[in-house]
Amino acid sequence: MSEKTIVRPYGDTTGDGMVQVSFTLPVPHDKRAEGAAVQLANKMGMDPAMLVHAKPIGDGFTFFVVYGRVNHLVDLAKVQVVERDYPLLSAKEVNAVVKRRLRRKLSVVGACIGTDAHTVGIDAILNVKGIAGEKGLEYYRELKVTNLGAQVSVPELVEAARRERADAVLVSQVVTQRDAHLHNTREMSAAFREAMPAGRRPLLIVGGPRFDETMTGELGVDRIFGRGTTPGEVASYLVHALITSRKANTP
Amino acid sequence: MTGKLGLDPALVARARELARRAGQPVVDLARSHTTVSVERAVLRLAGVTGADPDGIPWVNRLVDAVVADVGLGHGVAAPVFDALVREDIADVTLLAQKAAAGSVRFGQPSGKAATAARRASRKAVAAGVRAIDRRRAERDRLVKRFGDPERRPWIYLIVATGDIYEDIPQAQAAARAGADVIAVIRSTGQSLLDYVPEGATREGFAGTYATQENFRLMRAALDETSRELGRYVRLTNYASGLCMPEMATLAGLERLDMMLNDSMYGILFRDINPIRTFVDQRFSRQVHARAGIIINTGEDNYLTTADAVDEAHTVTVSQLLNEFFAHEAGLADWQLGLGHAFEINPDVPESLRLELAHALLARELFPDAPLKWMPPTKHMTGDVFRGNLLDGFFNLVGTMTGQGILLVGMMTEAVVTPWLSDRDVALQNVRYVLGAAGGLHEDFVPAPGGFIQQRAHRVLGEAVDLLERIGDQSLLTAIAEGTFGIMKRPADRGKGLSGVARHEADYYNPATEILEQPL
Repeated sequence: MSEKTIVRPYGDTTGDGMVQVSFTLPVPHDKRAEGAAVQLANKMGMDPAMLVHAKPIGDGFTFFVVYGRVNHLVDLAKVQVVERDYPLLSAKEVNAVVKRRLRRKLSVVGACIGTDAHTVGIDAILNVKGIAGEKGLEYYRELKVTNLGAQVSVPELVEAARRERADAVLVSQVVTQRDAHLHNTREMSAAFREAMPAGRRPLLIVGGPRFDETMTGELGVDRIFGRGTTPGEVASYLVHALITSRKANTP
Repeated sequence: MTGKLGLDPALVARARELARRAGQPVVDLARSHTTVSVERAVLRLAGVTGADPDGIPWVNRLVDAVVADVGLGHGVAAPVFDALVREDIADVTLLAQKAAAGSVRFGQPSGKAATAARRASRKAVAAGVRAIDRRRAERDRLVKRFGDPERRPWIYLIVATGDIYEDIPQAQAAARAGADVIAVIRSTGQSLLDYVPEGATREGFAGTYATQENFRLMRAALDETSRELGRYVRLTNYASGLCMPEMATLAGLERLDMMLNDSMYGILFRDINPIRTFVDQRFSRQVHARAGIIINTGEDNYLTTADAVDEAHTVTVSQLLNEFFAHEAGLADWQLGLGHAFEINPDVPESLRLELAHALLARELFPDAPLKWMPPTKHMTGDVFRGNLLDGFFNLVGTMTGQGILLVGMMTEAVVTPWLSDRDVALQNVRYVLGAAGGLHEDFVPAPGGFIQQRAHRVLGEAVDLLERIGDQSLLTAIAEGTFGIMKRPADRGKGLSGVARHEADYYNPATEILEQPL
């Protein structure tokens, strides 16, 4: 094993351990503020810490840039990475896979069920507008999106999924009073189990800020997405679950 | 051959004529329909305020009650003011409360009763319009007293914490740091609410709810800061989504200075029904015209969904349509903050020259409009160092092409909501570029027949081609068939359609009547 597994940050010489950081402290700019910045840098493990820039910003704030040496070692052999269980694809890649492998539009039906009127989540994922600079699923040429909006009843949702020949059903739940999100989700998954045989059932996906992503089995759904999920992640998952992971699904 | 690009005046005139031809059927449609939001705006002007204990505004409750009894197509003004007389109530808000409780029935008055109800409603709405007039005069006074920013472009900064009481100190700090215009971003999804929330709000999703009280609080705070800085700091919010007419009305009543207001954004990006959008938009623009508010259009959005080089002409087409609709609604050129954006992939060869061509084309086509110049977002990757350089080039193009309103780009776009230091670095970038090259637009004249001129001519030519294709089929069909962006938006689909009605023969709207009267 000749591969080096212990490394340090690299400034301009192997092993120099140099890093740069910038931060703001809520103190007006003076000598004491600069000392405070150096103290913070020292506590972060930078020694020596060179304060290269300090500038007052706003009322009573100072912005600092600090360069310095850290003595921490990184052991590459001990790096642990939690891999996403599906690859993140661009919109173009999603479209290409759907077009080539599915050879028809992938149909997605979305809704807020129960009394929940918060369409924020479902709209962020489905509307072209999207969220955080990412376009929603409507933007994907090869996805056919039906957004039923808010306060959709479970029977209406099942009916719409049947009508649209949904490959996937996306349900958003924001309101969590008296665990409404959990009850609604169980009711929804039970209704789909009852209405359609296993092989014909669409992929069931719920999302919302208060779900525990590990509860899929208990809630009877295929996937749970939590806070901060982007449309790209959902689209990539759809492609993974419906197409690329089903190797021999064509008769 | 005129201006810096040598554009053919005949071709420019042809582009405007085609935009008019594409837009006129939509105007006719807007003039013959009303929406629940237009009618709620009328009631707001007539003095209905507040909300029920569940937070549903009384204007919603009142319009819903009238619609249930007589439908929407007559307009609510006559039935409401007729009921006021019959019930012997002096206050419209009180009538709304009674109507919500189910103790008032509405009918469409006829004969003398109709004349009296119309007259009474017109008087009440006129008082609301006068209130907007007073706020406009007040703005003129304050601008005169405190002064306008010394230079163009005006520097436009965004705050959005979700909590109005956090937004206020941030906005004031931003103004002190050099911002001329403060925009308070709305909570995600507010555009799809079919009512305007009430009161001061402290919680939002990636933004702060637009409410009349939040408008008032922020304007008052910025007045204080304007006084302190000796420079009138402008305030911006959004007249978009399902409550466009009401947002415009509240903005007028609370002396907001700019409103985002695009003719097609809601249709394409929010799947709002096209007719609903065009009807709401026309009324909101009439209010903006009266209130002396500058509108900002949303052409930047096209470039975030499509390629900024291939689709550059769709921006020009949208600007021409926005201009036509704005003029028709009574807005003057100085109120047209037509949008465009610096979104060309920086890896494309000559991207800066292409940006210069596009930005200058907008400048030359709309010489008297305060163009809104939007920073890169699509190609901001999280590499903050590269992002800062890109923003520097964006600022440079803005000053070289004489843009009117510069939305400050953040190097942490797509990373975090801007930190205090991000905003400071971004403003430093703007100040450096404007300080170093603020007058460069005087010297910047592209070589005749050179790359920039050729590119601008090509984009204008493509815009004219697209307008010609639209002209053959009408704008609504073009939207239905997905000509703009990739979204197909048929006129009989989309959100908010149930709140649209064709005018009955006796439709009456005192607000439109007043706003369409020459001053």
